[in-house]
Amino acid sequence: MSKEIALELKNITKSFGRVVANRNVNLTVYKNEILSLLGENGSGKTTLMNMISGIYFPDEGEIFVDGKPAVISSPKDAFGYGIGMIHQHFKLVDTFTAAQNIILGIKNEKYNIKLVNSRVREIAEKYGFDIDPKKKIHEMSVSEKQTVEIIKVLYRGANILILDEPTAVLTPQEIEKLFAILRKMRDDGKSIIIITHKLNEVMEISDRVSILRKGEYIGTVNTCETTEKQLTEMMVGKQIELKIDRVKVESTKPLLEIRDLVIRSDDGSKAIKNVSFYIRGGEILGVAGITGCGQKELCEAIAGLRKVESGFIMHKGESIVGMPPKLIIEKGISMSFIPEDRLGMGLAPSFSITDNMMLKTYGEGKTPFVNRQAAREKAQALIEKLEIATPSTETPVRRLSGGNVQKVLVGREIDANPNVIVTAYPVRGLDINSAYAIYDILNEQKSKGVGILFVGEDLDVMLALCDKILVLCHGEVMGIVHAAKVTKDQLGLMMTGAVNLTELQKEKNFGIAKDSNLTETEWLNAANEQNGGAENEN
Amino acid sequence: MKTEKVKNDPLFHVSKNDNLPRWKAMLIRAGAVLVALVICGIMSVILIKENPFKIYGTMITGAFIDIWTLLKDIAVLLMFGLAVIPAFKMKFWNMGANGQVLIGCLCAIACMKFLAGKVPNVVLIILMVVTSIAASVIWAVIPAIFKAFFGTNETLFTLMMNYIAIGIVAYFSFSWSDGSGTIGLVNYIGSKNYMAGWFPNIGNKYVMIILIALLVDAFMFVYMKYTKHGFETALVGESVNTAKYVGINVKKVIIRTLILSGVICGIMGAMFAGSLEHTVNTSICGSKGFTAILVAWLANFDPLMMLFTTFFVVFLQTGAENVSTVFQLKSTDYSNIVVGIIFFCIIGCEFFIRYKIMPSQRLKDILSGKKTRSAEKKEEA
Repeated sequence: MSKEIALELKNITKSFGRVVANRNVNLTVYKNEILSLLGENGSGKTTLMNMISGIYFPDEGEIFVDGKPAVISSPKDAFGYGIGMIHQHFKLVDTFTAAQNIILGIKNEKYNIKLVNSRVREIAEKYGFDIDPKKKIHEMSVSEKQTVEIIKVLYRGANILILDEPTAVLTPQEIEKLFAILRKMRDDGKSIIIITHKLNEVMEISDRVSILRKGEYIGTVNTCETTEKQLTEMMVGKQIELKIDRVKVESTKPLLEIRDLVIRSDDGSKAIKNVSFYIRGGEILGVAGITGCGQKELCEAIAGLRKVESGFIMHKGESIVGMPPKLIIEKGISMSFIPEDRLGMGLAPSFSITDNMMLKTYGEGKTPFVNRQAAREKAQALIEKLEIATPSTETPVRRLSGGNVQKVLVGREIDANPNVIVTAYPVRGLDINSAYAIYDILNEQKSKGVGILFVGEDLDVMLALCDKILVLCHGEVMGIVHAAKVTKDQLGLMMTGAVNLTELQKEKNFGIAKDSNLTETEWLNAANEQNGGAENEN
Repeated sequence: MKTEKVKNDPLFHVSKNDNLPRWKAMLIRAGAVLVALVICGIMSVILIKENPFKIYGTMITGAFIDIWTLLKDIAVLLMFGLAVIPAFKMKFWNMGANGQVLIGCLCAIACMKFLAGKVPNVVLIILMVVTSIAASVIWAVIPAIFKAFFGTNETLFTLMMNYIAIGIVAYFSFSWSDGSGTIGLVNYIGSKNYMAGWFPNIGNKYVMIILIALLVDAFMFVYMKYTKHGFETALVGESVNTAKYVGINVKKVIIRTLILSGVICGIMGAMFAGSLEHTVNTSICGSKGFTAILVAWLANFDPLMMLFTTFFVVFLQTGAENVSTVFQLKSTDYSNIVVGIIFFCIIGCEFFIRYKIMPSQRLKDILSGKKTRSAEKKEEA
């Protein structure tokens, strides 16, 4: 393979306010290679790539494309240099077809959709994509949408492709397919930069690995000459044991029993269809599924934030369907959902840590005044216990880094002594150390006999941490499996609906606890009550 | 690219600055005032050919000619501002303070007109206050209900409510009066009911509104900062999702907060009727309901800061008016220009407080006489 340089960065520096996102970063990308850009969350990978693709402009430093200095101040400039980026969040028009999205924004091109369709098919054939150019975006799965994004970039003649965490939204099978395509593109002479923080993928796909840590360039190694351990060390800066424990706890009777639950999503379609499962005390139940499979609606329904269409949510044998959120909180059910923007639900960004500590408890006491002193003491204790990096208890949480924001949220929830914790994406966007701190907290709660529902994205983590894993696909339960007895591939097949254990092993009666808090007659009575209620309404 | 244009690197970088120390922010604001004064100075030389320092002197002396009027104007504007801030804190953009005050004032005047002499004065005054508050609350709560239940846009809604209030007041100021367009003197001079419904004077007729404004200010400060209600209001403004998540009834909070706004507007309406004007017409509020928005934003919705911002705004307006009088200008246009320039600079300088602007490598190169990268590229081409 020839070692021709495709792209070179020299001493790139970029800062946002006082935060230096990239400091004197050097990077070389050759033709015919796949380069992994490895680093923890917040290490500046995306910022660096955004500068190559024209979204940000570097404060200092130079970029060379094919050996010539390049000034890239817009994505259009980037395309001019043959650079294209596939972002983590797709930027597609839902009501347009794949082909329409692909040519959107190209100037000086006649709109001849037939020609576009055939060109798209040509590209697809060349690299092994599976795509129908006439299909509309809203009818597509996540991996199909990603394909459109990649072809969009290829259509514009990109020779350098940047993929920002492309595997985060895919199932194991889809990842395999994507990697095969990437290899084909590499052999065709393209340069590919793939941003990731998953070590096994780095080892599998890339030729070389460049590592960033806290915005600084640490070094580049050949993948065949390195180990996962060495990479971790370079990434984190010290040796750490990457092992998640599955604590053995004597589990108790079911705390939360859910049966035949139906929930509608915002657009009126059924987000959760006849779902049944239960969580025992001292147990972590994982929920796996691709984005939009109903996890969010499920969490919201348990917390009382979304209407339950039909079915039951029983907490210690008592129905909590229709209860206001405040009462559900008082029952000891804690829900923390970390949305993509991280601050959307659960925290008030410009409130101080103190004020955020009392979000759920400010109403206590008979006076019309809030008890800020007590909250301040709690905040102080939490800062010390979880080692939250903050100037003071009065700092607005939006000024804290992602990991510290999440520690505040998780810390507050646990401080309330819940007996059921529903947590969605609690480590989203966290660096490795903070993520492990959160896993430790969850395990500690589990040991105390708390029942935990853990909605996660990273299958490796879920396999290590959870006792059982429930797999959702389009709002239906594909099966509930013991984490110790299942493989990642099996989970992947269930996530896409290719394998449906609920159907295959009907006799097992998934999700129905044998030692339920209610007797069969009580369940029947509850069902009758609900049906009767529905008839009365009609 | 087929035609390779040589692109220049940008000259500046703009980035968010979240952590500017307070003294620096104040320094930037002071600088903005200075810039404004320089521009105004140039304008005054060009437009009215007067010495700018004389004009500034006139502004300062002019504002303090009548200290009681100045304090009253501050107090009135402060009341309008206090009425809008709880809603603003909730990100409910209440543009309707004018209408809410007007409708309250009209109801108080109606009491004066129809009950004068029929009930004891104390009862009349109480009725005036109660009806005024009730009317203002209704005016404020209607948009709140629509916002809470149907998600209507409160900015347009409250704005339209202003015009309805103005229309109603215009109608009654004709039908209740001799057709002059104002309900002149509600009860004719000389009649024994002439002063029925007039609030008692403490010292002079301005002391009462000043005291009330200060009391309401103190109340709002405590309410917004230390009470559970205030906490809920701020949380709804911060994130509706989070508020729902912790179990707050968002609809209730929106309506409750607008009731509070209405109460303050109602008090102001009653004060116009009973103490300050003894009449109602469509222009009684002027543009105070809108100036109040400026005052509230400048104070960052803090009732204590608002004491200063209202003083500043009233001081500027009064001073500028005095300039027109003293220099015998034909209109107040010039003074409006001066006030406008000063506001523009002060509001504009917020950009420099929130963002940091740094020279780029290219600008540094140009300044130090070095060859820039773009120039090198041009040579190559």
